[in-house]
Amino acid sequence: MERIPILKLGDCLIISLQIDLHDRLALAMQDDLANMVVKTGARGVLIDISGLDMVDSFIGRILGNVATLCRVLDAETVIVGMQPAVAITLVELGVTWDNVRTALNVERGMAFLRLHLDASQAMQTAPEENHDDADAGE
Amino acid sequence: MTTPTPENEVLPVGSEDDVVRVRQAVRRHAITLGFSLVDQTKLVTAASELARNVLIHGLGGQVRLEPLPVPISGARPGLRPGLRMVFEDQGPGIPDLDRALQDGFTTGNGLGLGLSGSRRLMNEFSVESRPGETRITVVKWKA
Repeated sequence: MERIPILKLGDCLIISLQIDLHDRLALAMQDDLANMVVKTGARGVLIDISGLDMVDSFIGRILGNVATLCRVLDAETVIVGMQPAVAITLVELGVTWDNVRTALNVERGMAFLRLHLDASQAMQTAPEENHDDADAGE
Repeated sequence: MTTPTPENEVLPVGSEDDVVRVRQAVRRHAITLGFSLVDQTKLVTAASELARNVLIHGLGGQVRLEPLPVPISGARPGLRPGLRMVFEDQGPGIPDLDRALQDGFTTGNGLGLGLSGSRRLMNEFSVESRPGETRITVVKWKA
């Protein structure tokens, strides 16, 4: 069965959706990504959807699930590269991503993850009184 | 004198791969009819939702894509090109249509936006449903 490749870059995982996703493939991606987060101990996950010319409610749900799933596994997810027509359609369709972080492109998505990971690392090592400062960046 | 009517197309919906093929065919028609990129995306997304319903709730069926005739400009002002999509299945039918059309109502594992969401994406939307026969007809007109 076909699979979507997941790349590891430091403590982040990168996945780029480039083909028309059928439902089974989207579900397999969700499983593979969760397993990879556990296996590699990744703290950040970047999903590039610039190659998708359509996101319907099923794929929307899978992407939302992935973000929630990764958060439960202590990894932050950011979805990047959404095409404008996809964004307009998604809003009209009624898909709301309450817990999903998005960024305009891969570069800004990675910058967000780096910032987030540095902040959470600082929080773990910093003395007590600095906790509020680290949180302020959120 | 009329512009040649583009061909109707009938596609089976019996598997997830068929749903992907429906999306591709709808995209092709939408491009041929000159829909904007946003409207192409709306058509493809609605087709994906409704074809998935045919597969999951209707236990398979078919989609008929009907490019609506393009009138010579000026001959019948007000008429615009459009794409009609008819989704048919012989499944158990939709028992409570009002509820099925509400956002967030689902008997499947989606978001419950299939019917309500695709209705928002289209210009016309009609449902005929009884046990053994469900037909959803949608139309989008070119802006």
